[in-house]
Amino acid sequence: MKINFKLNEKNISVDAPPMKRLLDVLREDLGLTGSKEGCGEGECGACSIMLDKQLVNSCLVPIAQCEGASILTIEGLGTEENLHPIQQAFLECGGAQCGICTPGMVMASFDLLKKNSNPTVSQIQTGLAGNLCRCTGYVKIIDSVTKAAETFK
Amino acid sequence: MRGLTPDYEMKTPKNIKEALQILSTNSGEWQLFAGGTDLMVSYEAGKLTHKKFLNINALHELKGFVVNDQEILIGGGCTFTQIKNHPIIQQEFPLLVNSAEATGAIAIQNRATIGGNIANMSPAADTPPVLIAYNADLILLSSKGYRIVNYTQFHKGYKRADLRADEIIMAIKIHRHQGISHSYYRKVGTRAAQSISKVCLAGVACVFRGQNIEWIQIGLGSVAPIPMQAIQTEHFLNEKDLTHENIQQARNILMDEIHPIDDIRSEAKYRKTVAGNLLTEFLESLKK
Repeated sequence: MKINFKLNEKNISVDAPPMKRLLDVLREDLGLTGSKEGCGEGECGACSIMLDKQLVNSCLVPIAQCEGASILTIEGLGTEENLHPIQQAFLECGGAQCGICTPGMVMASFDLLKKNSNPTVSQIQTGLAGNLCRCTGYVKIIDSVTKAAETFK
Repeated sequence: MRGLTPDYEMKTPKNIKEALQILSTNSGEWQLFAGGTDLMVSYEAGKLTHKKFLNINALHELKGFVVNDQEILIGGGCTFTQIKNHPIIQQEFPLLVNSAEATGAIAIQNRATIGGNIANMSPAADTPPVLIAYNADLILLSSKGYRIVNYTQFHKGYKRADLRADEIIMAIKIHRHQGISHSYYRKVGTRAAQSISKVCLAGVACVFRGQNIEWIQIGLGSVAPIPMQAIQTEHFLNEKDLTHENIQQARNILMDEIHPIDDIRSEAKYRKTVAGNLLTEFLESLKK
């Protein structure tokens, strides 16, 4: 079926089976491989994107539910030449190591800072509670979000 | 591994009338699909029994809240994010905020709906014990009309409930002036976020002068094949004083009344002990 939606500020149309996961449409049909698949069951947050301004796990969204939606992925947040302040902060604070969780962490941080530009450590922990990282031990990720918040102000 | 994606169908009805029409003519053929946070997990694991899904996620008739002097109606399609942010719920039904916040993490709460959570019929879900404690009613809609089922009577056995294949959970209704003086919610899991509970207890009570329980209502998760009301424990505690002996006896009654199992998340023995501990903690809190 044909599905029309807005992706990173551009109107697009894809032809896909209705139950194809948004994550697979992004990665396979549209070549946007920034969003990662970790667990495929909504536990790890590596596939986090913004759907109609809300943080969601793209592995749990069938593409048919994206008709008319507005989607923002990590590719729409910043580019290699022009990093988003959150990406810059992750780079500077060592918030990314192997990098698999990073796009999801950045999207969850974006969602948090949009709602709360001056979060406490505990609020950062809650904001990122749906995102798992197996490298950093989270301390550097929390530092990154704190630093990004300072840039936001 | 999931089945071949093109084999699955998803249909988006224009309004609730069309949805009910489809359900009434092809009863049992269509699986309702709202936020998808449970169904997509089963889909990925290849455990879905249905191939046809009726997408009710965007139906505005299932969204939103109705508040009047007597009660609050929560649309079956309301997400846990909407529930935890609602001012009346925050003021009057704090246990619903607790359970919504305990459900998955933000990305799940943004998609998961309360109607879907109920219809999924998991004995380990975080919100059903709260609906038992608040004595909620379900408004079930079909093409034939609506009916109201008290939530404490809804579940009939593991993944079985008083819900027909042609019905949609339209709304959850809770009375606003119940005279609750104390409320308690605690979920015990492996971590704060994302985990499925080992034991969960929600309770409300009306207590006179920190001494005498006028009435009490208690819901539990993960201790039986269904979200369970602790009827015998409640019956014992109603109109009792909060003495050490009564609290001890209530704990014993609860531990006999529940029947948890050993599974991947915990053991029956642990669950019994923890359920007893949670009840004790709740009852001790009633003295204040």
